[in-house]
Amino acid sequence: MAARNEARNPAPAPRDTLIVQRKQPVTDRVVHLTLGRADGTRLPDWTPGAHIDLVLPDGATRQYSLLGDPRDPLRYEIAVLREPEGRGGSCFIHDRLTVGDAVGFGGPRNNFRLTPSPRYRFVAGGIGITPILPMLRAATALGAEWDLLYLGRTRSSMPFVHELVADHGERVVVHTSDGGRIDIGRWLDAFDPEVKAYTCGPVSLIDDVGAATAGWRPGWSRLERFTAADAGEPARTTPFEVEVLGSGRVVQVAPGEPVAGALRRAGFDLLTSCSRGVCGTCETDVVSGEPDHRDAILDDGERAAGTCFFPCVSRSKSDRLVIAL
Amino acid sequence: MTISTPTAPATVPTTDEDPFSAAVLADPLPFQHRLREAGEVVLLERYGVYAMGRYDTVRSALLDWQGFESSAGVGITDFRTEPPWRPPSLLLEADPPHHDAPRSVLAKILGPRALRELAPRWQADADRLVDEVLARGPEFDAVEALAEAFPLRVFPDAVGIPQEGREHLLPYGDHLFNSFGPENFLVRHGAPHIAEHSAWVIEQCARERIAPGGFGAAIWAAADRGDLTTEQAPLVVRSLLSAGVDTTVHAIGAILHAFATHPEAWAMLREDPGLARVAFDEAIRLEAPVQTFFRTTTRDLVVGDALIPRRRKILMFLGSANHDPRHWRDPQRFDLTRDPSGHVGFGMGIHQCVGQHVARLEAVSLVTALARRVRTIESTAEPERHLNNTLRAWETMPMRVTFA
Repeated sequence: MAARNEARNPAPAPRDTLIVQRKQPVTDRVVHLTLGRADGTRLPDWTPGAHIDLVLPDGATRQYSLLGDPRDPLRYEIAVLREPEGRGGSCFIHDRLTVGDAVGFGGPRNNFRLTPSPRYRFVAGGIGITPILPMLRAATALGAEWDLLYLGRTRSSMPFVHELVADHGERVVVHTSDGGRIDIGRWLDAFDPEVKAYTCGPVSLIDDVGAATAGWRPGWSRLERFTAADAGEPARTTPFEVEVLGSGRVVQVAPGEPVAGALRRAGFDLLTSCSRGVCGTCETDVVSGEPDHRDAILDDGERAAGTCFFPCVSRSKSDRLVIAL
Repeated sequence: MTISTPTAPATVPTTDEDPFSAAVLADPLPFQHRLREAGEVVLLERYGVYAMGRYDTVRSALLDWQGFESSAGVGITDFRTEPPWRPPSLLLEADPPHHDAPRSVLAKILGPRALRELAPRWQADADRLVDEVLARGPEFDAVEALAEAFPLRVFPDAVGIPQEGREHLLPYGDHLFNSFGPENFLVRHGAPHIAEHSAWVIEQCARERIAPGGFGAAIWAAADRGDLTTEQAPLVVRSLLSAGVDTTVHAIGAILHAFATHPEAWAMLREDPGLARVAFDEAIRLEAPVQTFFRTTTRDLVVGDALIPRRRKILMFLGSANHDPRHWRDPQRFDLTRDPSGHVGFGMGIHQCVGQHVARLEAVSLVTALARRVRTIESTAEPERHLNNTLRAWETMPMRVTFA
């Protein structure tokens, strides 16, 4: 194994901590957070529909859609609904997290991409408005026509409803359940190749839209289910080991240290390029152990399979990860 | 340092040197050294454009797509005032949000996971090509016999375009990369034939021309799923044919030249063939096949002490950044013990070469095949440069090998 002669000023290691810069209630149950790096440097790029994994101080991981403007490289914005029935992540954010606190993050990842279309029909239910907000901005920038059906229990429970109506007027149709149940099928009527639908909201809404657009061409109606995102294993805050198959060597990885850095320090050849979990150059086979994926490349199925990971950003959930270089 | 008004960037050093002259293109390193030493940003008086050549500056500017846009063209021409000579690329010459969908589609199709299937086939192809070349004898022109032959053998098949007419690919790419520079002797040389090459290339991008199973078919399948429009699909296929041939040819030329001139590195690779990936990126660092790209400022930007006004072209010297001694120790050395990670030979940020895994796999397959059969490599005559306004390339590279 070749000894490594480090670059004189190696690119900065990925920093996976964000500082809460602003915390603002937007409804009784929704708080709007602005997050950025402590040193004011650029955050990883993202596209509308993307989410980040937020790693709370107790190690719990929650996913939140980014609702700000991808043109702002310094800030991520998310909105968090208080879910008293959940496992406590959202309550922690509402009750305990304050401006100046640090939280870990992974991603951003996008499973709900805006694909090109001359026209869009957006449907949002409650907190499901969050991934739709940057899509509206992108649709406008793309020169597409769009409208939005925004559903909620009451106007006062619907985040950003006043801004949306003020900025976009009649393109935004607000429907509250005190006005009776809406017939989604009349909103999303016959398939039109010039129209794509993007829906985010609770399961009941997703099911209704799914049924209404069942006859559409696959890919023209895209759905993102907003679930009580209190799922997922807590992220490790303790060191772990990486065993390199065939080398007889085990490398200790400290919390906060990139696996790629630990492997290089131990003298292994590992090529990285973007150092942000985006380009895929450092893809590494995982033989055993459970990776903690922080990249923007793998889809949910590939993540669950756990047969590879990207050591520039990703880590381990298990005590030991066995990899093949 | 104070800046008086945005229109008087008095603090910017200037040079009247022409980076697109035959002399600088043939040997850009001395010019790039002067550029880096002159400052973080230098005004190229002759063209009225700015230039940057230091690693940190170039890398930061490449990441900052918000400040340094691509949709005004990544050549010297400002698409907002002069019409482009071909429909702009949906990737290279686009910014978010227009850039988002084509990029995500290609990133998936050309990602390392998608290439796993190709790897054993390309290794077999490379072994076969090397056998054929060596069967003709120990002396050959490495540009023609290997650097051009291998990508032309495997890449158009991987895209799925027809056999007939592939001779258009290299001259099309060569002119495209010339056209990012000023209208000089190189552009004038290619201009009379470009319409014909260009027409052939775009014809091959049509759905009915594309064979099933390859990258091209995957792009059309993405259009069927609605990830792209059917108007976008042929242009995304075109990106593969524009950016995926000449660049890889010259990347392979760079690594072969590096091994021919660094016998100790070749010996090291033969001992540890796992070094092929690192060797490829070290060769890209050393001799970035794409030397330069322009960006356009979207607002007045302060870089170091310099103020670059809005809507000005700025030339990023990727090759120079990869030779900046502020970042790289002994940068002119091809060194397999170095960690080349972070070089900007593929760019950086949202426009970082989406085909880098394809290029790396092609080069690694070929170098691995050579390492199995060849004990030593040496030049038998001074190799000749092929000049291009953007690319660093070889015209000929006479070599002699000894068999393992």
